[in-house]
Amino acid sequence: MPSPEAPAAGAPWYRLAIDAFKAHDIRLVTYVPDNVLRPLIEAVHADPFFTAFATTREEEALGILTGAWMGGTRGILLMQTSGFATLPNAIASLAVPFQIPLLMMVSERGTLGEFNQGQALVAKTMRPVLDALALEHHTLSRLDEVSFILDRAIRQAVATQAPACFILSPLLTGGKVFAA
Amino acid sequence: MSFASNHPTRRDQAKVMSRAELTRRLVARLDHEEAVIGGIGFANFELWGAGQRPQNFYMLGSMGLAVPIALGVALAQPSRRVVALEGDGSMLMQLGALATVAGLAPKNLIVVIQDNGAYQITGGQPTAASVADLVAVARASGLAQSAWAADEGDFEEMVVRALREDGPWVIGTRIDSAKPEATTERDPARIRDQFMRGLGVKR
Repeated sequence: MPSPEAPAAGAPWYRLAIDAFKAHDIRLVTYVPDNVLRPLIEAVHADPFFTAFATTREEEALGILTGAWMGGTRGILLMQTSGFATLPNAIASLAVPFQIPLLMMVSERGTLGEFNQGQALVAKTMRPVLDALALEHHTLSRLDEVSFILDRAIRQAVATQAPACFILSPLLTGGKVFAA
Repeated sequence: MSFASNHPTRRDQAKVMSRAELTRRLVARLDHEEAVIGGIGFANFELWGAGQRPQNFYMLGSMGLAVPIALGVALAQPSRRVVALEGDGSMLMQLGALATVAGLAPKNLIVVIQDNGAYQITGGQPTAASVADLVAVARASGLAQSAWAADEGDFEEMVVRALREDGPWVIGTRIDSAKPEATTERDPARIRDQFMRGLGVKR
């Protein structure tokens, strides 16, 4: 098992994410798909360590992870920015009051070259909502920080029984660009 | 023998029964530390009133998420039976969850729908459940073992079978609009902690 302090040389962000998930026994991956998340989604589907499936809504995925945590299985919810915007009620009424270390990973749309007005606007709500809910959140923008941030923030989420959100910046992933 | 063929196929063929009594009958049949996830509203209050068990989880918001929470528990603990107890308004809010359950086909999951066709706790406003037959929706979502309970005895038979044989199961019940016999104590941290101990995850 690779140490978070010594990531494999040249490994892409999603490989580092998979290493961090495995190091923390995060086996359940629920998602509403996103193009930027595609290599991560494909990698967890290809790896028998993980149980991975799409849900019809992000809220549904949050509920599944909550039940799984209480039943002894750790998981993470993958989604894009617009999907996060559907979650505040479920976070405020389920994950936070019931003290669930809900792990979320958001592919950041709406900035650094967005072509869809709706994405650009809803993206503006994400960090204010995270701050209003006093949730721990980290923007992953540098490859050399990914392993450290994931390792420490996952530890903290479990230890403090509180949600954590990882925002994948286009600086890290390349984002999604308009195919003219 | 198909599950559906032994039971009413349409909502209007099912007897309207006491929510409190059906919930008591359900809980009385649980003898293997089965987990029960109570959705919001009167389904939740009635579950509390039927007698608190360490394996009961009482949602306090997040309308519509009883089935997803139950699915998560069922995936984490495949040897334990897990029941989602959900009202018709809540089911209508998260219909996609039925398709997700069908796709994963957890053998240990039972969904019990308590349908009185109303948002009872907010004043009895009608839901769309009298138009969209939720058992038919479940069946069309890929959950073949979905049926309405004809009456109290039929309900108990269905529960007993669902607790013994491979699921997933959907049991539709038509229920009354009586005031619940109790109100859930709203202490989420305590509910979660007791539930995790009840499931053997914490000691």
